[in-house]
Amino acid sequence: MATDGIAVFSRDVTKVFGRGDTQVHALRGIDVNIRLGELTMLVGPSGSGKTTLLSVITGLLDATSGDLVVLDRRPGELSQEELILFRRENLGFVFQQFNLIPALTAAENVAVPLLAGGVKRRQAVARGEEFLASLGMAHRAHALPSELSGGEQQRVALARALVHEPKLIVCDEPTSALDGRTGHAVMELLSSTAVRPDRAVIIVTHDARIFDFADQIAHMDDGRITSLEQNRKNGAEVDGFAAALAALPVGEPDARSYPTTGD
Amino acid sequence: MNFVALKMLVADRAKYFSLIFAIAFASFLLANQVSIFIGIMTRPASQIRDVVDADIWVMDPQTLYSDEVYALRDYDLYRVRSVPGVEWAVPLYKGTGRAKGPDGRFRTVILMGVDDATLVGAPRKMLVGSIYDLDQPDAAIIDKAGFLYFFPGEPLQAGKTLQMNERRVLIVGISDASAPFQSFPVLHTRYSQALGFVGRERNLLSFVLAKPAAGVSVGKACERIEAVTGLRARSTAEFSLDAFLFYLRNTGIPVNFGITVMIALIVGTVIPGQTFYIFTAENLKQFGALKAIGVTNRRIVGMILLQALVVGGTGYALGMGISAAFFARTLNYLPTRGIIFPWQVMASIGVVVLLVVGLASLISIRRVLVLEPAVVFRG
Repeated sequence: MATDGIAVFSRDVTKVFGRGDTQVHALRGIDVNIRLGELTMLVGPSGSGKTTLLSVITGLLDATSGDLVVLDRRPGELSQEELILFRRENLGFVFQQFNLIPALTAAENVAVPLLAGGVKRRQAVARGEEFLASLGMAHRAHALPSELSGGEQQRVALARALVHEPKLIVCDEPTSALDGRTGHAVMELLSSTAVRPDRAVIIVTHDARIFDFADQIAHMDDGRITSLEQNRKNGAEVDGFAAALAALPVGEPDARSYPTTGD
Repeated sequence: MNFVALKMLVADRAKYFSLIFAIAFASFLLANQVSIFIGIMTRPASQIRDVVDADIWVMDPQTLYSDEVYALRDYDLYRVRSVPGVEWAVPLYKGTGRAKGPDGRFRTVILMGVDDATLVGAPRKMLVGSIYDLDQPDAAIIDKAGFLYFFPGEPLQAGKTLQMNERRVLIVGISDASAPFQSFPVLHTRYSQALGFVGRERNLLSFVLAKPAAGVSVGKACERIEAVTGLRARSTAEFSLDAFLFYLRNTGIPVNFGITVMIALIVGTVIPGQTFYIFTAENLKQFGALKAIGVTNRRIVGMILLQALVVGGTGYALGMGISAAFFARTLNYLPTRGIIFPWQVMASIGVVVLLVVGLASLISIRRVLVLEPAVVFRG
């Protein structure tokens, strides 16, 4: 259980690619809290650092500096093996291009995280079928990705992200390859099945049509979070980073330090 | 994850089958060429290997191999017999002559003159007749290929005659002698008879065949013979190897076959390597997704190796099957008799295929290992 309901705690996180004259500052001091039970969207123009931030949060890239805590663990302090295990157990991914394995059926694709965790094939695929059924996709469980529509593929990808009960779901442009109606349907499914009190969801998106689904929206530009909107969908909008800091857990002596209370 | 790897492999049928075909083709080419090479290169020793009774061959000290012989003097036979540790020693004539058939067709033949008393050196595999029929006047045993050359289309039977050196040669038996390098017919006759068939030669003693006494090793007996007589003594295996090495060093055969084997190796490595690499490159996004999801590098390497092993194993099995069918088909074909598909070649090619697919998969493995899983977030 993450401390005080915070899934991702980021303070002054930077990411620099390259060296010398070719240096690129992709992230320039990211301060953000992503809480369990919430759906957070990272939005902003291309090149603003959204995907880099997502990669750093998921441990796919190392942060250059700063303090980053994800589900009570600091990815920078984990070995490669620990990081892989951490991702496998705690994270679920939904990709822009779905990244389903074309040779596998929908149910088999859903079973991949379970297989990676050592579950036997038969059990894993059966669980994948059950999960697809819970998303209303039972009739497509044995179809190949090439036989599925874009919306169906994204639903399979969502099932794959959820099947192993992760604590953090990260979605990269989940609706950008879909038409408006399908994208909306996928987001409804995502917000109804993925968002739970013990789980956080982060979505990187350009798609303004789905902003209403967010509990928190972090606007990014030039490697910075320029504004943070809270609870927009509940009508309790809070603008700006200072306000976001103020929303940190009550009783915390230093809001810029990660709470260290035990699980 | 193994079934994921296998499903990924067979999903792209065109690449899957081209991988298998390339490996099968290379395996077949290697098996075929190496086996034929070995078959041809062991032919110079055919007449040595066919002598199963004696373990030691004694010859002129300057003898290079079995086809070029400088005759010994008759008393050398007795000198060998007198060497301590030699159980027995018998004479053997090996030379060439010309034989003419009843219809006028003639060929150079290999003439083996075996000891009159013991028939040591006579063929053991007889198709018609018996070696003891050599007791008859002018008798000779001819090999099957020779018989069919002189008497094409006729059933194998004794009683036919040839001419050698204006002398009648009575065919009393037909042997299954191993094919000689030059594919000449092989005639066996008695030592005393051989002189009549080949004309005047001052000395007829090509070799002395000997057997070590009980408790004396072949090597030790050879050493003693050489020390006592000053002649060269070789075991059957050593003398066979001499013939093999002579042809290896003095003919273009190894170069010819070597080039084909190299082509097979290059085709067998480059095509599967390239195809396998393209296959991996096309699945890079999927591998990236697997890495992001939490599949370890070790597991992914295992998946790629499994894919490589499956295509390698299938291609190898197919190649060996085609090779086996080829050699089964040519087994009873006279010109290629004796050229078989040794299990050692099959095993060696298995090792080569393992190396080839290992090498091919290494490039792919490297590509996947250096892949940043963050690539999955790039549209």
